[in-house]
Amino acid sequence: MSAFVLTPGFADPVADAQATFRAVLDAMARPGRLHRAGEALQPPSPLDRATAAVLLTLADNDTPLWLDPACTAASDWLAFHCGTPIVNDPAYAAFAVALAIPDLAALPAGSHEVPESSATLLLQVRALGRGTAWRLAGPGLREPALLSIDGLPHDFARIWRDNHALFPRGIDLVLCAGEQLAALPRSVTVEEV
Amino acid sequence: MPDALPQDQPNARRRWMSILARSDADSIARGLQAAGELPGYQRLRGPEPGLVMVRGRAGGGGAPFNLGEMTVTRCTVRTDAGLVGHAYIAGRDERRAELAALADALLQDPARHAALQDTLVLPLHSMLEAQRADIAAKAAATRVQFFAMRNMRT
Repeated sequence: MSAFVLTPGFADPVADAQATFRAVLDAMARPGRLHRAGEALQPPSPLDRATAAVLLTLADNDTPLWLDPACTAASDWLAFHCGTPIVNDPAYAAFAVALAIPDLAALPAGSHEVPESSATLLLQVRALGRGTAWRLAGPGLREPALLSIDGLPHDFARIWRDNHALFPRGIDLVLCAGEQLAALPRSVTVEEV
Repeated sequence: MPDALPQDQPNARRRWMSILARSDADSIARGLQAAGELPGYQRLRGPEPGLVMVRGRAGGGGAPFNLGEMTVTRCTVRTDAGLVGHAYIAGRDERRAELAALADALLQDPARHAALQDTLVLPLHSMLEAQRADIAAKAAATRVQFFAMRNMRT
């Protein structure tokens, strides 16, 4: 037996998953707004509580998951609680978890007929609410919103411009740090302040 | 964390899990108590009821078809020593699933295994065997002797 210790998932699977679903839905609808999720979870390192909560809520046996090689320690926990198949090739992923932004072109961006078949990337960053400030604009934002993110690469503006240009195809991004999350849907544009 | 029993005996674990899954909650609780002090444990998942699709093959070899759904309650616990036990039982008795999962975890502990075999697994096994024999005896009483009919035909 490995030293890996299995910890529980949601204490109340239905209510906690609904609360997290609502948080992700609202984060997608209003890009840049911070939400909290998974406060009570004790996920295995290196997963953050918010990342674990989103996966417990959205990932299941129909959603292949690609894990950053740095996250493989969490694969047993995810296999037990989500029953999700873990794929080695990001091209087959419905969800991806990463500690550093991977090559977005390697993830499925959907097609013009079924743009919703694209992948959603859960990216763990050092902190949300401090660090580099980004100005977000797009659907869901009457006025441009500001979001401070600590942990994005310097060329994120270029990476995101390439992704936004694919619209209606493209990757949706959920940023997680600790128990906070925010989302950048593919429809939003970002600009460093 | 104590070492779990060698995993080269999957059939042994399969056997005790099967016996636990078919036994009632009170009998499992009695057997566990008889083996001594129970350690603390934490629920990792459930107990939660759900549906599973039972599939069959006509004659055991035909194309698989969906026979129907059945209610199954599953539970997974981890003892304070770190042993993980699982249980899947037919029906909705959550206490029974939790006790069966706890018993599965404790049976993997070499220090407790022998005592639990004596107080839990073997008594449950003989109880199930007795039930089976009882049903078989009732069925046997209604058996039709086709021997006489075969004699008439020849």
